[in-house]
Amino acid sequence: MPTEQLPERPDGVRRLENVVIRFAGDSGDGMQLTGDRFGAQAAAVGNDVATLPNYPAEIRAPSGTVAGVSSYQLHIADHDITTPGDQPDVLIAMNPAALRANVTELRPGGVIILDTDAFTVMGLEKAGYDVDPLTDGSLDAYQTFAVNLTEFASAAVADHNLKRKDAARTKNMYALGLVSWMFSQSIDDTIEYLRKRFAAKPDVMNANIAALRAGWYYGETTEAFANVYEVKPAPLPAGTYRHMKGNKGIAYGLVAAAHQAGMPLFLGAYPITPASEVLHELSVLASNDVRSFQAEDEIAAIGAAIGGSYAGMLGVTVTSGPGMALKSEAIGLAVIMELPLVIVNVQRGGPSTGLPTKTEQSDLLQALYGRHGEAPLPVIATRSPADGFDSAMEAARIALAYRTPVILLSDSYIANGSEPWRVPELDELPDIGIELATEPNAVDEAGNPVFLPYARDPATLARPLAIPGTPGLTHRIGGLEKADLTGAVSYDPDNHDLMIRTRQSKIDGVDVPLLEVDDPSGPPGSGADVLVIGWGSTWGPIGAACRQVRAQGLKVAQAHLRHLAPLPANLASLLSEYHTVLVPEMNLGQLAGHLRRETLIDTVGYNQTRGMPFRVSELASVITRVIQGIADDDTPEKAVGAKVVGDVTARLAAAKSGGTA
Amino acid sequence: MSPTGETDGPARAEEPAGAAATSRRAPTVADFTTGNAVGWCPGCGDHAILSTLRGLLPALGVPPENTVVVSGIGCSSRMPYYLDTYGIHSIHGRAPSFATGISINRPDLSVWVITGDGDALSIGGNHLIHALRRNVNLKILLFNNHIYGLTKGQFSPASKVGTVSPSSPHGSLDNPFNPIALALGAGATFVARTLDGDRRHLTATLTAAAAHKGAALVEIRQGCPTFSPIPRQARDAGANPAAADPASPELGPIRLSPGLPIVFGPNDQWGIIRDPSTGELAVGNGGDARVVVHDPGTQNSTYAYALSRLGETALAEAPIGVYRSVSQPSFDQLFQERLATARPGGRGELRSLLTGADSWVVAG
Ligand code: SF4
Repeated sequence: MPTEQLPERPDGVRRLENVVIRFAGDSGDGMQLTGDRFGAQAAAVGNDVATLPNYPAEIRAPSGTVAGVSSYQLHIADHDITTPGDQPDVLIAMNPAALRANVTELRPGGVIILDTDAFTVMGLEKAGYDVDPLTDGSLDAYQTFAVNLTEFASAAVADHNLKRKDAARTKNMYALGLVSWMFSQSIDDTIEYLRKRFAAKPDVMNANIAALRAGWYYGETTEAFANVYEVKPAPLPAGTYRHMKGNKGIAYGLVAAAHQAGMPLFLGAYPITPASEVLHELSVLASNDVRSFQAEDEIAAIGAAIGGSYAGMLGVTVTSGPGMALKSEAIGLAVIMELPLVIVNVQRGGPSTGLPTKTEQSDLLQALYGRHGEAPLPVIATRSPADGFDSAMEAARIALAYRTPVILLSDSYIANGSEPWRVPELDELPDIGIELATEPNAVDEAGNPVFLPYARDPATLARPLAIPGTPGLTHRIGGLEKADLTGAVSYDPDNHDLMIRTRQSKIDGVDVPLLEVDDPSGPPGSGADVLVIGWGSTWGPIGAACRQVRAQGLKVAQAHLRHLAPLPANLASLLSEYHTVLVPEMNLGQLAGHLRRETLIDTVGYNQTRGMPFRVSELASVITRVIQGIADDDTPEKAVGAKVVGDVTARLAAAKSGGTA
Repeated sequence: MSPTGETDGPARAEEPAGAAATSRRAPTVADFTTGNAVGWCPGCGDHAILSTLRGLLPALGVPPENTVVVSGIGCSSRMPYYLDTYGIHSIHGRAPSFATGISINRPDLSVWVITGDGDALSIGGNHLIHALRRNVNLKILLFNNHIYGLTKGQFSPASKVGTVSPSSPHGSLDNPFNPIALALGAGATFVARTLDGDRRHLTATLTAAAAHKGAALVEIRQGCPTFSPIPRQARDAGANPAAADPASPELGPIRLSPGLPIVFGPNDQWGIIRDPSTGELAVGNGGDARVVVHDPGTQNSTYAYALSRLGETALAEAPIGVYRSVSQPSFDQLFQERLATARPGGRGELRSLLTGADSWVVAG
């Protein structure tokens, strides 16, 4: 069933290198929890795991409809993987709508486990099926196991005093037990988890455990399932690991940053999808001196964070695109006041409310330029769930060292995705503490000691920070242009020009590591002709696609930008070593435009904005076409089949002529 | 004339000895005074408020370095530049949010918000009501000149209906906010109204606000001779025998004193009486047995609200004094207590947080 099958073990258990499993059901069926638990079990046996939750924007979409389907995809492997996989090998469908919404993506020959209980006349109708797919032959290409999960689960929990409806709800645990058996996974960790989660409701706890066990034994005792599979542990470097989601990784990175800076962490935030979880994660960490404040709106959230920074906290605000738009005036204030601040934007589909639960990378230009006036600030991007921790620490390091707001870009795919994360030892973490001013730093003409809040460190151009409570250093800062050194209000034209250039130079001078290229065929200029460069969450799909292309014997180089502003110093020279630079992005070419502006190098964009991450196979075929296009002397645009905006005109024209014909 | 083109001098320590000196001896007016040239129009009420604040702050016993003044945008919001404390001249309407971030994290600081009617009631209305409802320990001074001064005279959300201004040449159409009623509606625990030109009343009111633990909203009626002058009136509501009726503007606002009956006018001939059946307030005879004895400590704010509305019905303007002063835990206190109870044994261990309960070990 899986793509790459290994020889069968003598005991009949088939070993797989990797498998992609998707749990799908109604929003109320608990698929997110089920997927999450399966991922945790796989991680616990040492598999590499990457996950992709997908759920509707509406909290209560009509039940049983395709619009209300929620799913959770997992890729588990015995080797290092970076994506949740393109096509599921196994689909668990809890109702007809879940089947209908997902079956077309299932790999031919793949396994379907479905709950027949929901395949009623009404269930089929709600899902939009005219004929029952169980009987019309449309599932012939797959190995289908039709099981009445709901009935079996209800029977298994009959002794636990649950109402009929609640008993039926344990079907997700029954399904998890069955799939766990199928993949030779222990369910002990999940039993432990259920004990803790439902400690206050013993009946619910016992019923869920009973359903989970019953699902597992059903697999064991029934003859229906021909095969049992196993995915061996992935060889990870030694260390302590845990299953890490992107939002949680960022939250923990911020906590660690505050710890390593010797400051309390103060979060000002307003709930917004898909960033709220960072607020939730930080809200439970008061014991680690994390102070979280839910403000009345996005502007107040950043206002409070800036106030916290001024008062000596590590100020942080977390939001998504629409919230960023609201915060932009306050970000400008933080730029001119030169206060440390970390602004996390967990991007989602836009513009406006857009696709709140889907992923996109379309806020890059907003991060780089979305403020009035010349308001430069560093921008960095997280590339994967496990990278959230490091990138949050890096954002805080820069914010503190340079006294500047820093925008950290994540996205919905990273936020909700998860993968194993190696827990760092504390002594591996950098010390990012800064010295606060405690003494006057100059004398006036009369020889009196004075504090100049806008005198600068010659190396970093950072200004001294004196926090309230420090005697003798009282000073005022604000949004009006400041005189160099004194920080007093100044309307002097030359001073304004000087300050604008100084703030820009400070950001331009942020120490950013050089960009590294991954190309097994040789160093830049002597290896591949094509470099694929990306930023943010495309790191996983691009990396996996490059490995696929290389497996075909072709050469391709990969580089990934963590720092978007300022860019690594060697970027232009690196890019110029390649015949073609391909930039896949989940937007219409924002990085490509940024690269052109900053390096004068034209790149080839491959762009999609479907709210979903790139498929590895899709990217691999694009890269292959570009490489072959060079050999065939095609234009790269032709090779990638670049969609230009004019495409829309053509589409409209086609629709119109189709309509009138 | 509007106060553009001001030239603020350097932010410098005033005393030769600098910091150390200011924190050891009792602070003086000079300790709270910057060398910056004050940029308001001549005759602006803000001058009087500044001078009152400079006189008042040293008396509060909080050193300048533990005082933070946060403002928004507008004429009044230039205040931080003239007070030698820590301060932020922030963005339009948002001062309460910056101040909240400072105050709740640093209970050792005394945090003041300087705002105006446009800043606080229009663009910043949301932050104002939420700071009040949370009872953040902020002293919010709302300079109400009923006009946008800095942008040259447009009507504000405090302007009376019919205000003729550059943006309302035929008179404004919208009903004004009553800041006192708004603050009471938001659940403010301390609400007061005072005058720029009455230094004694201003000092007493601000001193009471400073002593209050929690959010204090003080509306300061502020004259803007450039765009919104206040008509001539008596300093004291009893002092003008020419006042023909209790609603004459010449009378000046009536004064509220805790524990005293609210009577006013020549020979205290008028008084505020309560209709026992409806609870509504009205102007009656000063000698009436139903004259209200002012009590700002009443938990139920219905009375204070009715009082604040008299300026729109029976009087030329709302009375001055403390409308409400009740004790409730401040948000700051609750925020700090929660932090303290969350870490009884000091800060939690980072490594154990990062490792969590569901980690596993891969051997090398
Ligand atoms: S409030 Fe009026 S008088 Fe005062 S500075 Fe502003 S414009 Fe001038």
